[in-house]
Amino acid sequence: MSRTAVWYWAARAAIGWLIILAAQVVWLVTDGDGTGLPVAGHVAVLVVTAVVAVAHVTVMPQWRYRVHRWEATSAAVFTQSGWFKQEWRIAPISRIQTVDSERGPLEQLFRLADVTVTTASAAGPIKIGGLDRDTAQRLVAELTATAQATAGDAT
Amino acid sequence: MIDVVEATLTWRRLSPRMLVIHPVQEVVRAAPALLGLLIAGSSSGGKGHLWSLAGVGLMVVLGMLRWFTTTYRVTPEHVQVRRGLVTRKVVTVPRDRVRTVDVTSHVLHRVLGLARVEVGTGTSDRRNEGRLKLDALSAAEAARLRVELLHRSPSAAPAAPAAASAAPAVPYGAPAAEAELARMRPEWVRFGPFTMSGLVTVGVVAGFVSRLVSEGNVDLGRVGPVQETWRWFREMSLPLEIATVVLVLVVFVSVASTLGYVLAFGHFRLTRHPEGTLHVTRGLLTRRATTIEERRLRGVEVTEPLLLRAVRGARLSAVTTGLRAAQGAQRGGSLLLPPAPRAEAVSVARLVLPRVPGAPSASEASPVTARLTPHGPAALRRRFTRAYGVHALVLAALLALWWWAGLPSWTWLTVAALLPLTALLAADRYRSLGHALTSGYLVTRWGSFSRRRAALECDGVIGWNIERSFFQRRAGLATLTATTAAGKQGYQVRDVELVEALRLATAATPGLLDPFLVEARPVSSVG
Repeated sequence: MSRTAVWYWAARAAIGWLIILAAQVVWLVTDGDGTGLPVAGHVAVLVVTAVVAVAHVTVMPQWRYRVHRWEATSAAVFTQSGWFKQEWRIAPISRIQTVDSERGPLEQLFRLADVTVTTASAAGPIKIGGLDRDTAQRLVAELTATAQATAGDAT
Repeated sequence: MIDVVEATLTWRRLSPRMLVIHPVQEVVRAAPALLGLLIAGSSSGGKGHLWSLAGVGLMVVLGMLRWFTTTYRVTPEHVQVRRGLVTRKVVTVPRDRVRTVDVTSHVLHRVLGLARVEVGTGTSDRRNEGRLKLDALSAAEAARLRVELLHRSPSAAPAAPAAASAAPAVPYGAPAAEAELARMRPEWVRFGPFTMSGLVTVGVVAGFVSRLVSEGNVDLGRVGPVQETWRWFREMSLPLEIATVVLVLVVFVSVASTLGYVLAFGHFRLTRHPEGTLHVTRGLLTRRATTIEERRLRGVEVTEPLLLRAVRGARLSAVTTGLRAAQGAQRGGSLLLPPAPRAEAVSVARLVLPRVPGAPSASEASPVTARLTPHGPAALRRRFTRAYGVHALVLAALLALWWWAGLPSWTWLTVAALLPLTALLAADRYRSLGHALTSGYLVTRWGSFSRRRAALECDGVIGWNIERSFFQRRAGLATLTATTAAGKQGYQVRDVELVEALRLATAATPGLLDPFLVEARPVSSVG
């Protein structure tokens, strides 16, 4: 993964948490007379959310960066992901059906890209997230070239 | 030459006899509503009945329109179907992508000599859009289409369109050429009651009755026989009541299951054609014929549900690309053998499975009988902790409900009494776990209520997933999934020791994992 991905993951998590916090603030304002929940309760919920959010935004990207790995050789693509449930996925390049690369709006800002490699099996898509754009382009070009060179319909 | 052929190939229509079938089908489907209409009569007033009648009429008209808008043709290279009234749509399938052809004829179809043809391609997506369905052709036409699509395609390479256009010269489906691998025997009916397919019938009957009641405004409480039965039932003591209900249910489900078995699998035949296809025909009323290309066969799956296992029965299904995995006993075209003696399933599997080139010949144990490697004490402990974990959760929830919400105490007492059964279940689940690598097949077995043993050709494995949850990592276990384009798309070897999982994956696909083993994990001793 690109080191920039840490910032991208942090930004994405932060945006998610900001939406939740904003919703809570709106609730606090509209519920000003305290019929639903006393104001102290509102504040307590807000503080708890903020603490969880800060912890998530700072710890998660580092952790994810550490547990996510990928590798592509001339024969196969390999990924490792997950922290509670660790998963390794391997697909031989000769069995690759499609190679997609995808850039969301936020990823474009950080100059990152996702690459998804699918085989003929519905159980085996391999997703590599948070690659920097040049690496992603090179990977896609390489995989496509090798996959094209193999004969057969890869089932 | 191709252009000339394509130009002269006109679009063909479905059989005009479908114009008769559609109205009848719609009326049958609306039968509960119509019956309700008859029982309730027009005296109760209201326009609801009229609306349902109008709905039936509309469906009939739409169904008939479908006949006018659907056409198809088979060119030397493609099969094309045009359909749709508002949105015209042409589905085109290259002929060399045709994997399976499924010919079904329901009772009505058979009376009029019709058959529905469904063409399966390699796509494994859940959506039905790409499927080619022709409902319906005349039986002769359907049989000809099947032969045309499947038996010519292996030899008619894209480079030889002339050979493909010469197809009509070949005698269609000469019966002498096929070899019979299995056939329904009357004594197999004894497995019928153990298939539990009757439970579905119970649901259907219940649904029918409830629709009849709601649409026909019938008050069941006022029907004489029902009242009588209910009164007689209320007079019994509680244990007797429970025993009666259980007995009635068991008898009903057994009878319904046996009936379902006979209807679904009567006339079952499995044959092999020299052109390289397996052919399954079955069904007493609804005839169903499935053709599977043997070169698409990647393995087989032997399923032994708990009840069937008790009477030494099993059923066999094919793991093949282009057919989705079978759901339930009757659905899915991948069935190779209905519930039958286990020995029969084993021998059919032996006949059907393609011999892997380079692997030792038949002297080695067949993938369906080979001894499996057990998964060791850690997997056994995990079976027990998981089974008792779920049990304890249920027990705790019931206890809490009893304490605070006033649930009767017999609920949690019953659950507590079931604790030994959980141990049996966990032990059986462990006993089922096993894997092996034999004569070029990866074999894995799992499950207790429905024990399954899948044999997958190593060549059909197109990738590996290794999953390790937090608890599995502590126990040193992993779940290895062999991904494949066939059947269920992925076959799991559950809770196997990590070293063994890597050994298995390396042995099944030599060389694939080697570059990653050292870096991926400090299990360098394996790589």
